[in-house]
Parts: sequence; structure tokens; C-alpha cells
Amino acid sequence: MIGTLLHIGWINLRRDRVAQAMTFALPIMFFSIFATIFGHQANATQKIHVPVVDEDRSEYSGRLIKALAAEGALDVQTMTSPDHSQRQGTPLTRADAEGLIKAGTDAVAVVLPKGLGEAHRFFGPTAASRPTVQILADVSDPIAPQIVLGLLQKVSFTAMPDTMAREGIEMFEQYGGPLTPAQRDSTQRWLTDLAQGRNDAPNTASASPAFGLPTEIVNVLHPNGGSAATISFYAAGTGVMFLLFSCASGGGALLDEEESGTLGRLLSGRAGMEGVLAGKWIYLMLLGMAQLTVMFVWGALVFQLPLASHLPGFVVMTVLTAAAAAGFGLVLATLCRSRQQLAGISTILILAMSAVGGSMFPRFLMSETMQKIGLITFNAWALDGYLKVFWREAPLTALWPQAAVLLGLTAVFLGAARLFARRWEAL
Amino acid sequence: MATPAVPPLVVRNAEKRFGAVRALAGASFELRRGELLGLLGPNGAGKTTMIKGIAGRTRLDGGDVVLLGRSLGPTDPRPDIGVVPQELAVYKRLTARENLTAFGRLAGVPASAIRSRVDWALQWSDLEERANEPTERFSGGMKRRLNIACSLLHAPSVVLLDEPTVGVDPQSRARIYEMLAALQRTGVSIVLTTHHLEEAEQRCERIVIIDRGTIVASGTVAELVRASVGASKRVTVALAAPWPDGPAVPAGAELDESRRTISASVTDVGSELTTLLGRLAAAGVRIADVKLAGATLHDVFIALTGRELRE
Repeated sequence: MIGTLLHIGWINLRRDRVAQAMTFALPIMFFSIFATIFGHQANATQKIHVPVVDEDRSEYSGRLIKALAAEGALDVQTMTSPDHSQRQGTPLTRADAEGLIKAGTDAVAVVLPKGLGEAHRFFGPTAASRPTVQILADVSDPIAPQIVLGLLQKVSFTAMPDTMAREGIEMFEQYGGPLTPAQRDSTQRWLTDLAQGRNDAPNTASASPAFGLPTEIVNVLHPNGGSAATISFYAAGTGVMFLLFSCASGGGALLDEEESGTLGRLLSGRAGMEGVLAGKWIYLMLLGMAQLTVMFVWGALVFQLPLASHLPGFVVMTVLTAAAAAGFGLVLATLCRSRQQLAGISTILILAMSAVGGSMFPRFLMSETMQKIGLITFNAWALDGYLKVFWREAPLTALWPQAAVLLGLTAVFLGAARLFARRWEAL
Repeated sequence: MATPAVPPLVVRNAEKRFGAVRALAGASFELRRGELLGLLGPNGAGKTTMIKGIAGRTRLDGGDVVLLGRSLGPTDPRPDIGVVPQELAVYKRLTARENLTAFGRLAGVPASAIRSRVDWALQWSDLEERANEPTERFSGGMKRRLNIACSLLHAPSVVLLDEPTVGVDPQSRARIYEMLAALQRTGVSIVLTTHHLEEAEQRCERIVIIDRGTIVASGTVAELVRASVGASKRVTVALAAPWPDGPAVPAGAELDESRRTISASVTDVGSELTTLLGRLAAAGVRIADVKLAGATLHDVFIALTGRELRE
């Protein structure tokens, strides 16, 4: 009996392409997508592009920049030239760097302030007025600023070994003099403390360490802090993914209606196929708008997502996203022959689009290649739009690329759905 | 409404191919005002294609559909036709009233009239008491009645029903035919397809039999019988004991395998039946029962379309 049941199961699986795809193709596809995304992360071959503003123009700042540029992990830009050539354009200003961060072009920039070279010391107590190197950051990327900060500290030592040796001898003379046993003990304790990471030397503070460059990370987009980036990312990412699922499922009502005969009855009425599709599309769009609104209102109520202050941008993105998602749902429904086929195909497509398009893992943490590949997905454009609104505080006019793509996709989806729906018309 | 001189529906030389299959091969028939016309045929004969062709849900390759005297193009609207599909084409989560309202609006019933039309439909289909229940709770017969009512809200002159009584019990079928009779009395003309030949024989004024895409016969049941199997009647004689081995079975009569039943066809009942019974008495057999039956629509159907399976 078990053998017979196994045989029946095997025959069913062999003849059910959707089940085969869900069982074998989908896991392999997901494995490949995430292996590509995270494999690139592990390679450490991806360079971080860093605009560097040299307000100091000293020998010290010049040597720092040269040493930063020599770092394999960084791609340093000091001029305004768009091709990042160091010989074209004008030197970057703080405003230029902030603009690049706000536009989302870069996640991190370095500002070497005036007077940095003159006040620089490797060791010893530092003045409170010592200029501080600023790391301008888009903190929605939590990794890049920390990498730049670490490398900056590293090159501040390795870039000038001669200066470091001289200052070390001065420090020795200042603290040690002719070493007595007591002094030797004292110096040894101090060095031990430093080696163990304890730093209770006088006049040191977290923003002005005894060693290295005094640095601070400046949140360019949200100087007052807040977690809107993460919340808006997850609200948009999750919202768009489930919007696609609900639109695909809602579009499947066409298949139910075909099976039950109500579609034939609808087509016998005055509406015609265009009317039926238009009605379905508008319904799915309104449903999608409601779904996204609920998601963001929940985010505002529970997670302090600043919805009220970004309402116009939210409305624009929600209407455009829901319109395109509704069209996507209709394409799938008109393309598929059954509910079962629709469920399988939509699951595979939507999960793949969500993985590549940034609904599951932020695109800005992916490699450049994966980020470009992500742009073929619906999710990427919708998420970029929402992040522009909620994170980059972009004006409505800045949403035009996302608006154009989503509107274009809507038109393509509706055209394709109309074409595929011909099979239900009088033939 | 059609005038008596103009038939509400005329189909001439309807042609339709699906690839190599010729679903309609020049089929023609006419529907009269207030008539209930049965469109019969084996599976795959072309009945549903014919219904869809008339309703505009299938584009005919050739031929003509004339509705109320006006020849229809393939995309012309057909507001005077109500189509009842074979499937239960209602929304199961909507109530009967909500279904009727929705389909009434889609059929173009004015907003001012929709409520009264829905009330009429609920009364006509005997669903008033369950009007506000989701249809998923309905029995098969109730769903069938609602399915028909949903197609009548715009008060069509011609109603096409594709197997309206499939899958329902005899009581529900009887109720559906009562509903159709009430419609007929208002002058509505009805075409229905069915595999229930006895019902068609009892309920339909005229029968059209279609096979392999062509109309093989049409007329009243009596006309069809005369034209196909003739006016002879079948005599069945049950014997009290098995037919004895000695005497021969009378000429023209057939003895079944149990040797307890003899049957024969008679045209002149008065003389031929008497002769047969006399010969049986002469053979020494005792008669237990005698049945006399005329040819039925079933006989006509089999005679015209054969016994071979079509699918």
C-alpha cells in the first residue's frame, strides 16, 4: 500500500511543474541570490567610495589623504569631478560632501578641518579646542562609517612614522626623564593600561583620545538622531512585498470567476473586458493603498515613524506603488491558467523580486552589481522612493525617477494583462 | 418585445471551428415568441457553442444570428438576451440580494429600478426568505434558481439556459420549470439545453436535436416521433411462466433471455394487439401483464444520434 501511495505521489509531482519549481527551483534560486549578496560581502573586494574634504590644506592633511587613497578598501574622491579623477574639477567642499550624502550617492564622507595639521600631536594630552575630523554619514548604512573611521585612525599612525617616532621620544622625555625604578614602574603601568584599552590619562575624552585623530561621526540626514531609516526601510520593504502577494492573490479572483462562470456573466454585461480589468485594477489599487497605509500608520503609532510630517511623499509613493502592484497582480492572473499555478508562480516571483529588490535585505548593503541588478525589480524602485521620502527628506520633485518607472511599469503591466486576457474573450 | 410576425430569435447556418473540430456546421433553427424550445444533443454536439454563439461569447465563423428582426454582428451588444450559464455563476460570499443587485447593475438596470427588479427576482425564484444569506449556505437547487434569476434582471425577451437543472433534485427541477413557465406567460422566449429527455418531452413545446454541429431534427415530440421512429407502439407481454420449448414465438415478436417477456411493435393497435394475444393463448401460455407504450423522445434521440459514445 505504501508503495502504491509513493507511486501516486511521484506521478503527481512529475506532472505538477509548479510543485517541482517550489520544491527544487525556489530553494536553489534563493540560495543563489543570498550567496551572491553575502558572498560579495565576505570577499571584502567592494571598495567604499569616500569623498574627502580637505579644509586644512596642510602637509599633514595631504599625507592623510594620500594614505587613505592607498587603502585597498577605500575609493577616495577629493575633487568634484564625477569620474572621481583627482585631477579634474574643483576641490570638494563640505557642502559638496553633504550633498552627496543627502542624495544617497555616498554613505560616508570625511572632512579634515582647518588647523588639523597645526594642532596635531600623536601622543599626550590634547587641547579641548583641537580640530575634530568629521565623518559625515548616512547612518542608514551602519557599516561604511565605521570602516572609514577605523581606517582613518590607522592611517593617522601609519602615514607618518617619522613624526610618530619623534613625538614618542618627546613623550618619553616628558614623562620618564632619567628612569628611576619608580618611574619605570609608573611608565610600565601606563603602557599596560594602554595595551589593555584602559585610558584614564588626564585630559582625554571619548571625542579626543590620547592616541590618534580626534574624530566624530556626524549624522548628516538626521542631526537629531532617530531610527526613522530602519523603521521606514522595514515598513516599506515588508509593505511592498506583502502588497505584491495581496495583489497577486486578489488578481486571482479572475481565475475563480472564470471557473465559476461569473467572468462569463460579467463579460456578457455592458462592461466588456476593458471594463472588467479596469474594475479589478482599481479595486486592487485601493486595497494596496489601504494595506500600505495600515502598515505605515502602525509604524507611526508604535515605532514613531514620522508619517505625518512626510504625508505628501507618502501619498505619492503609495498611489504609484499600489497602482503598479495592482497591474502586476492582473498580469499574473491573466497569465496563469489556475489558482494553483498562480500561487506557485507568484510566490517564486515575489520572493525573488523581494530578495533582489531590497525588501528582505537593504540594497545599499549589497554589492554594486547586485544593486544594479535589483533595479530590474519593482521593489527596488518603490523602496528607493519611500527611503527618499522618509530618510533623505527629499522634495516631491526628487521622486520623478521612481514615479516615471512605476508609472511605466503600470502601463506595461496593464497592457500585458489586456493582451493575456484575450483568451477569455469571444474567440 | 417582438411582434408575433417576427420570431424573437433566428439562427441561420451557424458555423464554428475549434482547430480541426467543427463545432457548428451550418446549424439553423428558429425560436417562436413565448416558446420553450429544447436544444438537445449528445455531449460535444455543439449545444453550448450554439448558446455562446447566440450570446456573443463565442465569435461565429459564419452564419447569422437575428434577434428581434435585427441581424447581430459579433461584437454587438445583446441587451435583449439573458444567458444562464451551466456553471453556478454567483458570488458565494455575497447574499442572494447582493448578487442580484450586482448583476442587475452590470446588465444595465437603472438605479431607480434595481430594487424593484431584485425584489421581483427574489419572489420569482422563491428566495425571499433567504435573500440576505450568503449563497455559500444555499442548497444546489437554491443556487440554480438564483443563477437563473441573475440573468433576468434586465427583463430580456430571449433567455438562453445551458443545462439549468443539472445536479438538482426532482423537486427543484420541477420548481425551475414552474419558474420558466411563469416567464413564458409574460411573453419571454426560452431556449434550454438539457440531457433530461423526459423533462424536455414534458416541458418543451418544440425540440431541436443537434448532432455533430448540424440540426438533425426539429419540431414537436409527436412530429419528431413520426419523422424518425414512426408512429408504431411497443407491446410488452409478461408471461406467468417461462415460454415452453415446443411452440414457436409468434412472427414479429421477440422473446427475452429470461423467456418470460415477449415484445413486439404494433402500428394498428386494435387488430395487431388482438392477433398477438390470440397467438399467445394458442401457444398455451398464461399472460401475467400487458403494457403498451408509444415511442418516446429517448427513442427519437437514439434513433437520430445513435448509441455510440461521443467522448
